Amino acid sequence: MSTATPPEIKADRPVTPQVLASFRLRPRRRGENSLGTSLVSHAVLIVASLIALFPVAWLVFLSLGPDKDDYLHPGGIWGKMTFANYTFVLQETKFLDWLLTTMVVVLGTTLIGVIISATTGYAVSRMRFPGYRKFMWVLLVTQMFPVAVLMVPMYQILSSLQLIDTYLGLILVYCSTVVPYCAWLMKGYFDTIPFEIDEAGRVDGLSPFGTFTRLILPLARPGLAVAAFYTFLTAFGEVAFASTFMLSDTKYTFAVGLQTFVSEHDAQRNLMAATAVLIAIPASAFFYLVQKNLVTGLTAGGTKG
Amino acid sequence: MTVAIDRATGKTRGDRGPRPGPLQRLKHGYQKHWYAYAMIAPVVIVLGVLVIYPLVYGFYLTLTDANSLNSARTIGVNEIEATYKFIGFDNYADILWGETAYDRFWSHFIWTIVWTAACVTLHYTIGLSLALLLNQKLRGRTLYRIILVLPWAVPTFVTVFGWRFMLADGGIINSALETLHLPTPLWLEDTFWQRFAAIMVNTWCGVPFMMLSLLGGLQSIDGSLYEAAEMDGASAWQRFRYVTLPGLRTVSSTVVLLGIIWTFNQFAIIFLLFGNTAPDAQILVTWAYYLGFGQQPRDFAQSAAYGILLLAILIVFTSFYRRWLNRNDQQLAI
Repeated sequence: MSTATPPEIKADRPVTPQVLASFRLRPRRRGENSLGTSLVSHAVLIVASLIALFPVAWLVFLSLGPDKDDYLHPGGIWGKMTFANYTFVLQETKFLDWLLTTMVVVLGTTLIGVIISATTGYAVSRMRFPGYRKFMWVLLVTQMFPVAVLMVPMYQILSSLQLIDTYLGLILVYCSTVVPYCAWLMKGYFDTIPFEIDEAGRVDGLSPFGTFTRLILPLARPGLAVAAFYTFLTAFGEVAFASTFMLSDTKYTFAVGLQTFVSEHDAQRNLMAATAVLIAIPASAFFYLVQKNLVTGLTAGGTKG
Repeated sequence: MTVAIDRATGKTRGDRGPRPGPLQRLKHGYQKHWYAYAMIAPVVIVLGVLVIYPLVYGFYLTLTDANSLNSARTIGVNEIEATYKFIGFDNYADILWGETAYDRFWSHFIWTIVWTAACVTLHYTIGLSLALLLNQKLRGRTLYRIILVLPWAVPTFVTVFGWRFMLADGGIINSALETLHLPTPLWLEDTFWQRFAAIMVNTWCGVPFMMLSLLGGLQSIDGSLYEAAEMDGASAWQRFRYVTLPGLRTVSSTVVLLGIIWTFNQFAIIFLLFGNTAPDAQILVTWAYYLGFGQQPRDFAQSAAYGILLLAILIVFTSFYRRWLNRNDQQLAI
């Protein structure tokens, strides 16, 4: 990252355009790397990318092998690649039921979670109300709750509310786990939006709620994207609550469904791999829809200090 | 949460002006309060019903000898009343210094600490190095970023499956090691290698979050600071040490705290990687889950007591962490 210092202009030579042009031949500007540095950077990044990519790629590769022991002799898969596992999973298992459950639960959690964490984030970002500090502390502490302490009491509350084995029950449970972090996240993002915008909105006659929905929310889109993303992935990948609270096998989420697969089909690993790949597709698709906003949204509040 | 205080008065940074007196502030804010409460009400209700109340109830359970044999339950049409009784702090005493307390609690405790420290250190250092690399002007860095975030984009339970295929006896990793004439450990059976594998998989899963957060932090550092440092003749290392690291302090302290909390409570990876087959590689969270849900009879009281202990450890740690940050004149960003 060293910057080249231009050679000193010697006084005995007239400064002609040609001379200046010859200085410009030194093209390396600030922030540009020497060849060696960028080669090393590329090498490291390529290795890291391979490590990041390999387990997923390997899973995809194994899912194409027709036999359940193919993962022990991966070389043999090349000769007999087939999509039979996928058709089997889609046609013979409850995969589509699980897809429906997962989508309902995950999208419901994302929608509700993002809305209520956005309002909460806005309230704690803009307003000073009695109990503010305690509330923030509760939000932080809530993230520390281990599943084990909440599981039994939650189960009893949900069953007395008749919410066991329902979509709504699981959505609410997930909201309680994602909202604290998302509210923190949104607060950080709202903090970066100038307060003058709120004031201008109020002066122009908008209600507080109007200011929030019409002015602030559109500006906070990257932050909302990150909150949605975090909620989506957390809800999608959660295992412990889903396996305890969803009882009928048509209402399993993917995370639970994949577990039952192990015993039901006698550890047919090729089918498991195919299911896993199918499961990964919607999550990854959603991920790459929002990834553009990730870097800006994730630490917006964090970088302010 | 010191960070929000000056912002919430409605002043932008830089021109704070004198703080109005407490009475005036209260009066001024009063008109807005109903609105603030209305906005946080949904969260308060959800958290109150599904987190605070269960916590209180869970704490009560730890003072009893509840398990799946004496709790209220329904078998067919018969409803059986709960018969567990109040036993005070016996559960805690038993966990902390009862017979075989070392095997049941302290060994898992030590392993949990090692696990958290190792994972967070690895997450942070690898994440920071990758973020630094990605923050350069480099051809194809968007592509690199997209690929490097993949472990986060794919749900954990899917990738852990992939890892199980790879780590299995006769899987690709051992085959590769064999071709290289290296020892082939039993990743999923031998305690040491189980732990090693767990840390490895968790590192793989957790780096993208750190990387993206730190990348966001790096991009927010003012470029003119680097220019000034260069003018003063700072070497690359000095620029890193005296510009980059201080610029990242707020982000770092936040993501490290979050990382510690999340790793400490990391349930999915160890649970999915080993199931119930690895009693020695269980961290406290998965061990508590095993006590409460993975064995018969289910021991609800002890499981909840572990949960409360975990929570206590984290709260004490966080308080010290924040005090330490405040002493160093830093604030927690989130």
